[in-house]
Amino acid sequence: MKRETLIWTMVLLFGALLFLANGVMRGAGRAYVKEVPMQFVNVAEPGEVEADWIRYNSELALDEALCTQRFEEIPPELRVSWTRLEKAERGEYLTHQATEGADNPYRVSVSRTIGVWVAALFTLFLFSFLYKDNPLYKIAEASVVGVSAAYWMVIGFWDVIVPNLFGKVAPGIVRVWAIPGLEDPPNYWYLVPLILGIMLLWRLVPKGSWIGRWPLAFVIGTTAGIRLIGFIQADFLSQIRNTVIPVVAVDQAGGFAFWDSLKNAIVIIGVLAGLVYFFFSIEHKGVVGKTARLGIWFLMVTFGAAFGYTVMGRIALFAIRLEFLFDDWLWLIDPTMKRVPDEVVTAAATLLTALGAG
Amino acid sequence: MYEFFKTLDRRWIFLMMFLAVAVPILIIGATGRTFPEEPTSLARAVFHAIEDLPEGSKVLLSYDYDPASEGELSPMATMFAYHCAAKRHRMYFMALWPVGPQMVDDTIENVLKKDFPELEYGKDYVNLGYKSGYEGVIKVIITDFTELYTTDTRGTPWGTIPMCQEVSSVQDMDLLVNVSAGYAGTKEWVQYAVTPYPKLTMVAGCTGVQAPLLYPYIPQQLQGLLGAIKGAAEYEALVTECYGARMARRDAEGNPMVDDDGMYVIRGKYTEGIRRMGPQLVAHLLMILLIIVGNVIYFVERRKEGRR
Repeated sequence: MKRETLIWTMVLLFGALLFLANGVMRGAGRAYVKEVPMQFVNVAEPGEVEADWIRYNSELALDEALCTQRFEEIPPELRVSWTRLEKAERGEYLTHQATEGADNPYRVSVSRTIGVWVAALFTLFLFSFLYKDNPLYKIAEASVVGVSAAYWMVIGFWDVIVPNLFGKVAPGIVRVWAIPGLEDPPNYWYLVPLILGIMLLWRLVPKGSWIGRWPLAFVIGTTAGIRLIGFIQADFLSQIRNTVIPVVAVDQAGGFAFWDSLKNAIVIIGVLAGLVYFFFSIEHKGVVGKTARLGIWFLMVTFGAAFGYTVMGRIALFAIRLEFLFDDWLWLIDPTMKRVPDEVVTAAATLLTALGAG
Repeated sequence: MYEFFKTLDRRWIFLMMFLAVAVPILIIGATGRTFPEEPTSLARAVFHAIEDLPEGSKVLLSYDYDPASEGELSPMATMFAYHCAAKRHRMYFMALWPVGPQMVDDTIENVLKKDFPELEYGKDYVNLGYKSGYEGVIKVIITDFTELYTTDTRGTPWGTIPMCQEVSSVQDMDLLVNVSAGYAGTKEWVQYAVTPYPKLTMVAGCTGVQAPLLYPYIPQQLQGLLGAIKGAAEYEALVTECYGARMARRDAEGNPMVDDDGMYVIRGKYTEGIRRMGPQLVAHLLMILLIIVGNVIYFVERRKEGRR
């Protein structure tokens, strides 16, 4: 092993041990949840085909005789219950632990804690690329790609294909299977996109892959048409209209508005100079050349602004990853005071208010 | 020194950038002190677009971003929801990005459920979820929501959601609010919603990469724009100035907490953008320094070559 590699391995191992000790000794990186009991009862009259589920302990339940009984005493076929886990903070856990003890609905979530650690480690794996390419970076990169692809597929199926295709073509089946309240009548026009979709998938079959070209042509044609109109309206005609502005602007009192006039003049000159730069039918000499040169200056200012904004954006993204590492994982900072019990927050608040008033 | 900078390994620059961002985060996290923000006219335009609407107006909030852009966009998404809720507008959340509904859920959990428990799902706000099709979605729902949105994200049919019964298309909205990380986003909303239907009013918050491309739409096609984290911080300053008493931490008696200067101490989740301006300042100073050093080295080298 090279000396440099050995030193870096030692540094990384030492860092990993520190993080682990921080996690074990301080409990850093733990995530908490609140257990919310969900209890529903079926209050449909005897003989009714459709069930009528309402939440036990809700305002609606006050009028129901069934809900005057204890939940456990209601016949099992008329009740259903489960526990929903909601995201919670350590501060809430500590506050309730002090008052409710064993009945505390807040608890540490093992699965979410693993999630925090995986997120933190993957963040570090990706940052490690800045030093040099390595297997840990590759693992993180491949995981992101794989998970994203699977996520897109699942979302596409449940949010689009089920409600917008199956739900339109066969609402009766979808009502029983996935969306109980679906009331729309069948709309068989949606068979057309279904057929086009099947034709598109034909590309995967070795023979007859040309069938996939027809729906592809349809997609390209409609997309080109839609985008052409959008750009002509919003980016061509409207931009011409937006440039027709007064060089001598007046304020609400009717006086000369110097800064608005200057701003408008810069917009008009910038647009004209930029257009001249991209007009290559005339040689860029003399007045045309000088105007084109001015156009380059405007373009450079635009690129500079774009670069500045990009830098700002990237730093913001970097900042949130570090905030996540320092706050949620390592518990070094707590800007939202989510890990402090309520009584400590209010005591600090009272003290600070008193100091402020003093 | 000249030779040191000339042959500087890029990894030292990465380390400097890490420190430039990490140290301010730790200091701000420990002390709670932030830099003051002076809102620009664009941030004010966004604020007034929401603030000046009458109570109960219908606002469509399209959260077209994912966790990759959360650092820039979640502060403004949080504030948009808070501002609309404080003004008692009815909020229709939707997304053109697959992970958008999760971003909406986060906002609903952190803002609406915690600070506005009186608001009711289906009457005051609804999460319509994601539909694939990018600008195609806008093109359809601008004339008819139910062509695409048969249910909300929970699977509740459109017709059984009280606040959905009052709208048939995007044209029924009093304001469009878009949080955009790229395609499809603000540009597509301008192209396919606001430009063909000029009665619609729209404000947006976007990533830094997009901001320069969207400025030409202001003010005719886009009433206001929050550009990157700076825009988010300015908007936070405006909303906290207006609703500070409600957003402040509480003392033992339930009164809003004030600091030594008599300013409300705003809860951390509503100052995310302002907090992130600290690392921005130091990192930008480092960038400027590096650009100057790089240029000096370039010109010195060129001069040397000229002499040869």
